[in-house]
Amino acid sequence: WSLCIISTPLIHWTSRSKQSAPARDQFQEELVIRPLHSGDIYASFQFRTLWDIDFLQERQKVSHYRLFPKSLGQVLSKFSVRELHISFTQGFWRTMQWGQPFIPSPPGAELWVWFHDTVSDVDGNWKELTNVLSGIFCASLNFIDLTNTVQPSASFKPLGLGNATDHRFLRYATLPREIVCTENLTPWKKLLPCGSKAGLSVLLKSEKLFHSSFHSQAVHIRPVCQDEQCTSKAWELRQTLNVVFDLYTSSQGKKEWSLFKMFSRTLTEACPLATSSKIYVDITDNPELNPVTPLLSQAVVLGDRRTYSVFDLTRAETFGQLCSLNLLLRWKGDSDMLRPLLHAERYVAGFGLQTGEIHTVIYNNHPYRAFPVLLMDSVPWYLQLYIHTLTVTSKSRDNKPSYIHYQPAKDRHRPHLLEMLIQLPPHSMTEVTVQFERALLKWTEYTPDPNHGFYVGSSVVSALVPSMVAMNTNFTQDQPLFSSFVPVKEESSYFVRVYTEPLLVNLPTPDFSMPYNVICLTCTVVAVGYGSFYNLLTRTFQVDEPSLPLEKRLANLIRRIRGVPLLA
Amino acid sequence: TDYNDLYCLFTLVQFTKAGQFFSSGHTNNWAVLVCTSRFWFNYRHVANTLSVYRSVKRLGIPDSHIVLMLADDMACNYRNPKPATVFSHKNMELNVYGDDVEVDYRGYEVTVENFLRVLTGRLPPSTPRSKRLLSDDRSNILIYLTGHGGNGFLKFQDSEEISNMELADAFEQMWQKRRYNELLFIIDTCQGASMYERFYSPNLMALASSQVGEDSLSHQPDLAIGVHLMDKYTFYLLEFLEEVHPASQANMNDLFKVCPQSQCVSTPGHRTDLFQRDPGSVLITDFFGSVRKVEITKDTINLTSPVEPPIQRSGSGDIQIESLTYVDQLPVAEIIHQKPKQKDWHPPDGFILGLWTLILLVFFQTYGIKHLKHIF
Repeated sequence: WSLCIISTPLIHWTSRSKQSAPARDQFQEELVIRPLHSGDIYASFQFRTLWDIDFLQERQKVSHYRLFPKSLGQVLSKFSVRELHISFTQGFWRTMQWGQPFIPSPPGAELWVWFHDTVSDVDGNWKELTNVLSGIFCASLNFIDLTNTVQPSASFKPLGLGNATDHRFLRYATLPREIVCTENLTPWKKLLPCGSKAGLSVLLKSEKLFHSSFHSQAVHIRPVCQDEQCTSKAWELRQTLNVVFDLYTSSQGKKEWSLFKMFSRTLTEACPLATSSKIYVDITDNPELNPVTPLLSQAVVLGDRRTYSVFDLTRAETFGQLCSLNLLLRWKGDSDMLRPLLHAERYVAGFGLQTGEIHTVIYNNHPYRAFPVLLMDSVPWYLQLYIHTLTVTSKSRDNKPSYIHYQPAKDRHRPHLLEMLIQLPPHSMTEVTVQFERALLKWTEYTPDPNHGFYVGSSVVSALVPSMVAMNTNFTQDQPLFSSFVPVKEESSYFVRVYTEPLLVNLPTPDFSMPYNVICLTCTVVAVGYGSFYNLLTRTFQVDEPSLPLEKRLANLIRRIRGVPLLA
Repeated sequence: TDYNDLYCLFTLVQFTKAGQFFSSGHTNNWAVLVCTSRFWFNYRHVANTLSVYRSVKRLGIPDSHIVLMLADDMACNYRNPKPATVFSHKNMELNVYGDDVEVDYRGYEVTVENFLRVLTGRLPPSTPRSKRLLSDDRSNILIYLTGHGGNGFLKFQDSEEISNMELADAFEQMWQKRRYNELLFIIDTCQGASMYERFYSPNLMALASSQVGEDSLSHQPDLAIGVHLMDKYTFYLLEFLEEVHPASQANMNDLFKVCPQSQCVSTPGHRTDLFQRDPGSVLITDFFGSVRKVEITKDTINLTSPVEPPIQRSGSGDIQIESLTYVDQLPVAEIIHQKPKQKDWHPPDGFILGLWTLILLVFFQTYGIKHLKHIF
């Protein structure tokens, strides 16, 4: 009867009129699998969305988003961002065992942003931007403030198109303590056009990705050339995920890997929105690969010519009879690895909780070429550096840097920034040392677990390393994504950025139970000292008669009845 | 006649059921789930909070309406033998962390100040939406707290406490600002009943896992992980909630019966005197789920024609003739000859100003104003 009747409302659909062509956008996805000499395996995902539009033009109010995520687009236009690079990393990249990564990143969270020339208040925009990003990525980026933000003067040049580079519009901050877990992966996956439902992103399962030696997910946004002539700009959003699976924890010590073993999934289809969806497997060292594919490709990346086996997921025959693709890779692995030419380490020396010394060691493994590197160090204010003790030595001789930029710290306002351009002699080890003193913080500035220590962010070493093989300077549209991340200007060298370990430093920690102890002690002293004094002054004494034995008491009782005077 | 009476009774019953369906005054649901303990051995508190999160999400409250605060990360902790998982059962049967979790406040952000700011809505303007409790006067809010507590306080991260008076005052602020319609407060700590003793705002219902003077106990350790996985009260609460589905008619009286003393060792308590409706008529899904009320209509609706997007001139306008280039990543020559950057001129402040004022005062004192025309 009346309340139970269900009826569907009738809706008239008006016919859709033809819309004018919106700006073009395209999406490409790629996975590179590289077996490493230590038996581990390195997988690098790259998802790129290219969009022919200019956010910074006032005339075009962008409101129609298709493949580009709306949350990031609105952030870019509101804060006039020219370039944005954010990465979340768990683990440390071991350069000597694994070689150079395609996209380097330091442990923890790192954010660096180039703002547009029209911004008048860069610090205000930076503060709001970090808060908005902390909501988008579910990370504590709101802890980035002026005490850990620096403005590098020569490092971190823009990776996208541009002419003028005024470093007043650059901000860099790193949070070495930031933890990466599924709650950061979930919003990152939601930014992809296919989500985690189709294409290569079905492989991104958190239970396998975080059970690894190294996990890094990043978002890079920059303006790039639209085509080979490079007459107009397009926006590029690259989402990269690098993961290194350990031989012993994931593969039980056998150098046999497969997609199912790494990700607990196999592939069934490409993302329908992608124009290209490829898997590149590095077969330069001749591993055994199953299924075999006739498509081969050669690419020069990181100064080395490597051969790749290509699987094109947009073609149906890649998936075979079972409609699923599971790659099997096996290798014996006793050949030599190409030694990485640039490598850096960092550690704290000294003893006690007052002073210490930071040592940064940079290795140049090239047999005969010397090249300059730019070292950038950002040290928090509570480690007070003594710059007069800064020494740079190579091969036990003094090596004077050709450019030094030092900005001293201001307590509770700014960290130290030290940038140096050092020429590294061939086949040598260069050591940079500086002494520091630890400051005593106010008791409210300590974290809830102060005995863990305080983190100092990684140093960044940027260099143009001479290459053994000629690099490709031509820009082509169908270049694989992993070789087109850093723009190549000349053939003889490639740009590389190496991050050192972060430092964990113990600061002198007070005993937080002292307020309680002080109250107890003071109250005891007052009670015992003043209390006894007061008693002595104000107490009166009376003589107390001793009590009589039992017979005398009975006798007194009888005497009282008789009315006769009592005994003593 | 009998049939008429029966029909009338049937109608009456149906009316009250339908009337009840539309009687609860709320239109949206929010949840604030807080775990206040840090360190690996407090794994069970994170598991508690995540199991309530899981139930609440399963019953329909979306992530945008849940504020989840976890004081430490257990899933990706280096001591966790199974990364990216938080289990609630022995033998690792149920992973409450899941694949789709969104934590709003984590690590050092979980402080008493942030918790009270979330409740009262007094957050700095740059706080993102996912970190705000954007409730209105027609919201039903579920608040769940777990951690280490005592008589009248709850410990946050081993360094600060929130007292029951502060909590009661925060709820009164929420009531005066019309930030909730009805509020359900659940707390799983030692001596939890002391936390709701001081409430004085209307429309509050509270549950606690133990009375004053009693400790809440943990359920069972897992030998592979090495710590206790959950607390007894929340374990049985999770078992109860797994039976609830969005259309279920279970009410609050069933919730009060969860975990009697024979199972929990402590005596769970509850407080309903500030609540206006009878607990027997309050559905579990009023707080734990997000049941939308749908109005069905028979009228036709005309949709307007879609808005035309502005006509974009493709490629026209000023075409740049010269090609754009990428920036040199390490221009060595440029860096070496870099001029020091122009700093903005600031007027002298503080010490310099004082020094110059002193010099000028001494100067005019010595020479006097009338001598100035001889000097200049």
